[in-house]
Amino acid sequence: MSAPAIETSGLVKTFGDNRAVDGVDLTVPHGTVYGLLGPNGAGKTTLVRVLATLLRPDGGQARVFGRDVVREADAVRSRVSLTGQYASVDEDLTGTENLVLLARLLGHGKRAARDRAAQLLEAFGLTDAAGRQVKKYSGGMRRRIDIAASILNTPDLLFLDEPTTGLDPRSRNQVWDIIRVVVAHGTTVLLTTQYLDEADRLAGRIAVIDHGKVIAEGTPGSLKASIGSGTVHVRLRDAAQRPEAERLLTTVLGTSVQAGTDPVALTARAGSADSERGAAEHASRALAALADAGILVDDFSLGQPSLDEVFLALTDRKPEAVA
Amino acid sequence: MSTTTTNEPATVYTPSADALGAVLAREARPPRAGAWSASLTFGWRAILKIKHVPEQLFDVTAFPIIMTLMFTYLFGGALAGSTREYLQFLLPGIMVTSVVMITMYTGVGLNTDIEKGVFDRFRTLPVWRPAALVGMIFGDVLRYVLAATTIMVVGLVLGFRPGGGVIGVLAGIGLLVVFSFAFSWIWTMFGLFLRSEKSVMGVSMLVLFPLTFLSNVFVDPGTMPGWLQGFVEVNPITHVVAAVRALMAGDWDTGETMWVLAASAVLLLVFGPLTMRLYNRKGAR
Repeated sequence: MSAPAIETSGLVKTFGDNRAVDGVDLTVPHGTVYGLLGPNGAGKTTLVRVLATLLRPDGGQARVFGRDVVREADAVRSRVSLTGQYASVDEDLTGTENLVLLARLLGHGKRAARDRAAQLLEAFGLTDAAGRQVKKYSGGMRRRIDIAASILNTPDLLFLDEPTTGLDPRSRNQVWDIIRVVVAHGTTVLLTTQYLDEADRLAGRIAVIDHGKVIAEGTPGSLKASIGSGTVHVRLRDAAQRPEAERLLTTVLGTSVQAGTDPVALTARAGSADSERGAAEHASRALAALADAGILVDDFSLGQPSLDEVFLALTDRKPEAVA
Repeated sequence: MSTTTTNEPATVYTPSADALGAVLAREARPPRAGAWSASLTFGWRAILKIKHVPEQLFDVTAFPIIMTLMFTYLFGGALAGSTREYLQFLLPGIMVTSVVMITMYTGVGLNTDIEKGVFDRFRTLPVWRPAALVGMIFGDVLRYVLAATTIMVVGLVLGFRPGGGVIGVLAGIGLLVVFSFAFSWIWTMFGLFLRSEKSVMGVSMLVLFPLTFLSNVFVDPGTMPGWLQGFVEVNPITHVVAAVRALMAGDWDTGETMWVLAASAVLLLVFGPLTMRLYNRKGAR
């Protein structure tokens, strides 16, 4: 248990001219959720595929529990499990058939495989759908069977590649709950996501990745501190009051205020405060100032910085493809 | 966040820490599945797929029946004086043609299958690597047997009377299936190598049409011009047909049979490793 779950140094993977992974150094400790945060095409999936022994790196080193992903691929495979971005079970087969198939491949006997499949389907709330083809499952159910298939032999390291992309909020919450239980039982999880919010809720540490490079790394708190704490969104009752509101907010928050195309909306960074409380305080003072001035507010919210804002802050540019 | 269409049961699933915890308990892992057992399990997957999508059996039943009827009645009168007599000559050949044609679906099937995420999972399992492909071809062997049986039944109904009896027929089908199993590996290679299902189809047709028609399947090569006889001589299909024909007729031809078995071994030894090389590198695009 001494080697880290994942350790890479100078890892490179190129596709022709495209350096999808471009010199990544990463250390993922045991027993935590580690978030890989980045937009589409940042290289997250490629990195995961290299670590899961699906792709050979073109340079650098990657070790999983101290084992080299190229030279000792088989040893790595016996300890990891991958839930890909797209269905990683056979859609033509039923839920039971998929799990029995994988259990058999993992060495369980016929009887043990059936028992294990039934137990997993029960735990993932899929007993009623056990005999149905996976292609007839809803998005949330499909994700659950994917994860169930990944923990057939409880892996020591689980790769979850964008596990909640495309899910409705309820299904997303279910996936989050499942991930928390999985980690609580000692499995290390490498989670890729496009949502800062998701990484923030689940991950102990986050690496922000863009153009194949890690551009920031740390705990969610330290990352947020480094990029500012939040954004205030205001919607006014009366568009005519906007210039006055804009002037007030600029004074109270001490930052520039953006007036968008919506005639009643205003957006501003809530200071460059280095803690959540600082931002909230700024925001409440701003709200009080608006009320005192007799400006009618329909909607007022303090949001976390979006992924756009994270990238703006970290790279001083607009990411091309943030979904 | 898009809302997906749900047909979830009325009771909403709430993950239970206890139930999940129970399945996550680290019990002693079973020993690794052996190569043979893993291949059979993948073969079971192929059979399950046939069970869920039975339409895919169309090409191993309807196609061979059409081939047999078409060639018997189209050429029989002209080539052998009567359809019944021609059938004695044609049936083993048309069986070889149909089954060898069907082998191309192995490549097409692999090409569509591998584009889906499930192969990523298979490739991260700690099992004997070729098992997924071997198992897939096991499933296809079942289809070959089915096609051969269909043709034999149609042939018997139309008046085919094999001199080799039941043993001869079974031996003929057995030899054909062995050859087809080995031959399939060419298509698994193309299935991994080519980009789309359509191009796999195209290449297969390009190879299979000359191979099956420029042979001794339909007519005696003695009637062909010399240069064409040269090709027919070296065409592996000619040898398979000669061996199967002899087995079914009851006059066992050791030379041709050995030739077919040797060719099968060569195909497997050449295209098996080539396929595995591509399979291991798949995803490098």
